[in-house]
Amino acid sequence: MKRPLFQLILIQFKEYYREPGIIFWSIIFPILIAWGLGIAFTNKGELIKNIAVVENSAAPVPVLRNFLKDAKKEVVRRDDQSEINLEKRVDEGKLGTIRYNFMITNWDNAILLLKRGVVPLIIEEKDGKLEYHFDPMNTDAQLTYLQVSGAITNSRLVENPADIIPLTKKGTRYIDFLIPGLIAMGLMMSTMWGISYSLIEKRAKKLLRRMLATPMKKSSFLISQFLARIVLTTMEAFLLYLFAHYYFGITIEGSLVGLALIFFAGMIAFTGIAIFVSARTSKTEIGNGLINAVVMPMMILSGIFFSYHNFPKAVIPIIQVLPLTMLADGIRSIFIEGAGLHELAVEIVTLSGVGIVFFLAGLRIYRWY
Amino acid sequence: MTAKTTSDFSPADVPDVQVKEVRKYFKDVKAVDGISLQIKSGEFVALLGPNGAGKTTLVEMIEGIQKPDSGEILIQGKSWRGHEDELRYILGISLQETFFFDKLTVLETLNLFASFYRLGTERIEYILDLIHLGEKKDVYVVHLSGGQKQKLALGIALLNKAKILLLDEPTTGLDPSARREIWNILMKLKHETQTSLILTSHYMEEAEFLCDRIIIVDKGKILASGTMDDLLAAHNGSHLIEISIEKKLSPEEYLKLKAIQNLQWDERSGKGVIPVRNTAKDLPVILDKIKQQHLTLKSLECRRMTLDDLFISMTGRHLNP
Repeated sequence: MKRPLFQLILIQFKEYYREPGIIFWSIIFPILIAWGLGIAFTNKGELIKNIAVVENSAAPVPVLRNFLKDAKKEVVRRDDQSEINLEKRVDEGKLGTIRYNFMITNWDNAILLLKRGVVPLIIEEKDGKLEYHFDPMNTDAQLTYLQVSGAITNSRLVENPADIIPLTKKGTRYIDFLIPGLIAMGLMMSTMWGISYSLIEKRAKKLLRRMLATPMKKSSFLISQFLARIVLTTMEAFLLYLFAHYYFGITIEGSLVGLALIFFAGMIAFTGIAIFVSARTSKTEIGNGLINAVVMPMMILSGIFFSYHNFPKAVIPIIQVLPLTMLADGIRSIFIEGAGLHELAVEIVTLSGVGIVFFLAGLRIYRWY
Repeated sequence: MTAKTTSDFSPADVPDVQVKEVRKYFKDVKAVDGISLQIKSGEFVALLGPNGAGKTTLVEMIEGIQKPDSGEILIQGKSWRGHEDELRYILGISLQETFFFDKLTVLETLNLFASFYRLGTERIEYILDLIHLGEKKDVYVVHLSGGQKQKLALGIALLNKAKILLLDEPTTGLDPSARREIWNILMKLKHETQTSLILTSHYMEEAEFLCDRIIIVDKGKILASGTMDDLLAAHNGSHLIEISIEKKLSPEEYLKLKAIQNLQWDERSGKGVIPVRNTAKDLPVILDKIKQQHLTLKSLECRRMTLDDLFISMTGRHLNP
């Protein structure tokens, strides 16, 4: 004889590992995101700049021609126009190496490249001078202009390299910002989809009412959802951390107890919300919409991928009370600021409170049959 | 704790199920409109009716899944209020079209439900054997055929040696051999235990084969109740004579033919049905009348009435449209 609670937890693990799709979306996919974004936004090696160049053979500008003299040449056929690519690496000292790709082409094609976003800047030889065409509102174009014009005239962009202290230390990179956010988001996604969606599906399939027509206790059923999900989200977060630790060298600077507690509080918060969201509907399509309505705004607003401090000042206090923001900021402060338990007490209590309120509200309106 | 068995409950004179003037309305639909019935211990009863007759709503109210708007339901003399935990052990149910966990095996599904009743592996093995799914015990539920899924649902209903079984359309959508297999399991139960059964169906053969008593339900009300013979006897007759005529009838011929007692004539198809009590006595009379009209019979058939015939004569509609 086995206890119902044990059985109820066991079947959730079985449903989890027997579904390759679940393994992919909840374990592999977050790691792929971390890997992709970590590579894209972490300066490892070179910075690449594409620039279109419109040459004028009647009046060449010697300073440009000299600069391009030793560039690696490659002829590219693009559509019906042929294009000459010249690749030139310039060492900017502490700022690293910039790889310029000069695309030698005619004016029409250069404009096309600009419109397509391939290049932010066009250099034109005109009347023996260089003219730089770019959108002054585009900061990337401006920076490219400053860098490339400096490089061509052989004056470095930065006058005094001694002033520059590159921040490539652990804790200050983009990936250090990203990983705690991804862990928080993973917890939210896993809990919302894992609990809400599966409950709605069980109601739709009449499995919920079939189970409740036995002496099974409703409390055992709900507790089993929570306990099984804690094990699964912890495992998912741990695997993501393991990857980030070995691949990007990410470590946890602050209190491990604090981390465990805020993670647990996040589980309470999102389990409560998940129960509330699944309280009424028996249509999986509606469930889909409801879950997305909860998770999408938080994914965008809560500063998972980019800081929410770029949003208007007026909405920042609202963003800061979203459960995902509290969780992500909390985990991040432990990871990179070395925060301790006492600094997170407010978040831990608030998240737990939010979860309990939603859970109780959900129970009041729950459609069991 | 041990599994509660049949003998723990109820003196024999208390009916297993009592339904008293139960009503359940949904918006403008009267799903169950004042139904009363009693099921004795060990009795097999079929609720027969077309789709939407209110069978499922009635059964789910007996199961405690839905609450009646008014009226009373007693299971072995106890109402659902305050006795829920106890009654859950007495009932074994199978809902209309339940899906189980796709990626759990048959055995794991039985294990899960057995744990709710605190049952051991012995009972699970017995059930696997009873529902002939022993060889399929390690197959995922999602890979079972329709008949195997229904047998699993039945097995789960039988797990706790329920005193009262409620099966909502247990064989709908199954082929005849799968249906027969489920009937055999239920007949075995009938012979070996004192279990009572309420079964909903829109298959009259099923009701006739399995059940002691048939309750015909339509539009939330009971139209008739009794054994097959009771139902037929209460009617104009227990047999039918079906006739069809070669040519189209003139109005006078039609009127004269209508003089045959109880004839239900369908002018479009040129067919008539006459319910009779005694074929041997009534048939010559009818043939005489046809001869008098100089009509030629195209076909003549005498047979025992079916529940469908009965339902048609009560409502003008087929049981299975």
